[in-house]
Amino acid sequence: MSRFLRRPEAGAILSLLAVLALFTLGGADLGNLLGAASWVNFAANLGIVAIPVGLLMIAGEMDISIGAMIPAGSMAVAVISGHYGLSIWLGMAGALGIGVALGLVNGILTVRTSVPSLIITLGTLVAMQGLILTGAKVLTGTASVELQSPDWARQVFGQLIGGSHQVIILWWIGLAAVFWFLLHQSRFGNWIYAMGGDKVSARNAGIPVQGLTIGLFVLSATSASFVGMCQAILFNSAQVSGGMGYIFNAIVAVVVGGVLLTGGFGSVLGIVFGTLTFAVVAQGIYFTQIDRNWSNLINGAMLLVAVAMNEAFRKRAMAPLRRK
Amino acid sequence: MSTTPPVLELRNIDKSFGPIDVLHSISLKVQAGEVLCLLGDNGAGKSTLIKTLAGVHQPTSGQILMDGEETRFTGPRDASARGIATVHQFGGTFPLMSIGRSFFVGVEPTKGWGPFKRFDRKRANEIAVKAVQDFGITRIDDGDRLVGGLSGGERQSLAIARAVHFGARVLILDEPTAALGVKQAAHVLRIVNEAKRRGLAVVFITHQVMHAMAVGDHFAVLIRGAIAADFRKGERSREEITDLMAGGETMAGLEALSH
Ligand SMILES: Nc1ncnc2c1ncn2[C@@H]1O[C@H](COP(=O)(O)OP(=O)(O)OP(=O)(O)O)[C@@H](O)[C@H]1O
Ligand SMILES: [Mg+2]
Repeated sequence: MSRFLRRPEAGAILSLLAVLALFTLGGADLGNLLGAASWVNFAANLGIVAIPVGLLMIAGEMDISIGAMIPAGSMAVAVISGHYGLSIWLGMAGALGIGVALGLVNGILTVRTSVPSLIITLGTLVAMQGLILTGAKVLTGTASVELQSPDWARQVFGQLIGGSHQVIILWWIGLAAVFWFLLHQSRFGNWIYAMGGDKVSARNAGIPVQGLTIGLFVLSATSASFVGMCQAILFNSAQVSGGMGYIFNAIVAVVVGGVLLTGGFGSVLGIVFGTLTFAVVAQGIYFTQIDRNWSNLINGAMLLVAVAMNEAFRKRAMAPLRRK
Repeated sequence: MSTTPPVLELRNIDKSFGPIDVLHSISLKVQAGEVLCLLGDNGAGKSTLIKTLAGVHQPTSGQILMDGEETRFTGPRDASARGIATVHQFGGTFPLMSIGRSFFVGVEPTKGWGPFKRFDRKRANEIAVKAVQDFGITRIDDGDRLVGGLSGGERQSLAIARAVHFGARVLILDEPTAALGVKQAAHVLRIVNEAKRRGLAVVFITHQVMHAMAVGDHFAVLIRGAIAADFRKGERSREEITDLMAGGETMAGLEALSH
């Protein structure tokens, strides 16, 4: 038990159990709730963004430009393959390419200047929003672009399994496994933890801190544009707005998932559970008698509790073993 | 006197930061299998001196010799690649990483092939735990524990064991016993002696005479950036060293002492 409590995901697993208990008390039927698609779909879209954002936070950085990258990914594929009617391959390359490009900008600015990445990505967030709005207006003249994707693309990126569960859930599981391998199994993971612990020492130990930082920013921006792309293919259209909520949601999911705001500590499993918890609170509330307006309060309170708990868990993890 | 050249030697090193002269004409030899204690009051220039040895600072003038040949360090990585390891006061800077992981930061052992190469946690833990235990720290037996959970002395010992494991020839310790209690400090001093026994050259900074006398073979006292006294074990009494370390001695007083 004490070993479990030392793990980064302990807090998130306990939070999920607590929320499920609260909702059961609030009148939810647990079977109905767990079988529902709404919160799982919500979790999958959020989860794909939350993991790389969490990795960046473990490495001591922050990326809020994801809020603009989701509509950017949607618009890119819809404008290229919908409005201009080009091949879906080109549209997909455009959506992912814009993610890679913005990730490179975020990463290079972060390693080349001493400006905190929160501020840099705030800048690129606003700039990217402006770019999407102007781009949509100039190229298509509307704020909403239609997209008809070929069947295979819909099956891979935008089908509803059993009429209810978005196929992006499978992408989330797959990507979580890849990120898990990256952080917990490969040597890159060790480098990410070291960077979050102390950048100067990490560099002196021979870790390519700059390259890895840039790479992580590319991963987070591209994951966000991927989610936007899947949404456009699923809903057959893209909007210039939307996505801003992901900033707050991803940060809550990551922190509830046990990642320290100061970096150096956290796990992929924790982030996955943090995302599940957040999604259950946001969507599962409809299954209870509790007024749905409470869900933001619960999530906000959960964030604060998580921050305090992470601090306590960190202290516990760092406490010397008692001598006999 | 040994016939092999010193591992590191400084000849007439000056160091200024802009208009501020911090080190004046420092000449020092660091021998393998010896502990050199650097003593001096706050602000005397001890940290600046070891940072010059470790490649963090470039000397303004003077020569650095390694194994008798003149050289220069382009940076801390260059110096550490050539066997000069610095252990800072809190020993290791990754308190939230496990012992095994932090031991191998940047040089992780892997297993598997191609894109599926995995960090070999078991082997990393085994080697790290064995390395510290070989230094007599038998209380560390689980490589998965976080470094931050170790006591200050254990962390120092871990950092020293790590430096030795990766082939350090010169071990620079900047006040390793400063924040430690009596037992913990004794622990670190034992480790320093063990490193010396294994043939490393150790540069040891401390403000505590007892600690210096417990391990030192050779002592150098810095006063306002210059070497005010340079002597070997047994050449000065404890009281004389204490006076020197207080740094209150004027140069005239020092002259009188040494005659
Ligand atoms: N980068 C720098 N720029 C300007 N002055 C510096 C710099 N680094 C050190 N100094 C000055 O050099 C002098 C010696 O500092 P140093 O840190 O080497 O002292 P120290 O002997 O290690 O002292 P302590 O025992 O307090 O650690 C101090 O007066 C300090 O202000
Ligand atoms: Mg100092």
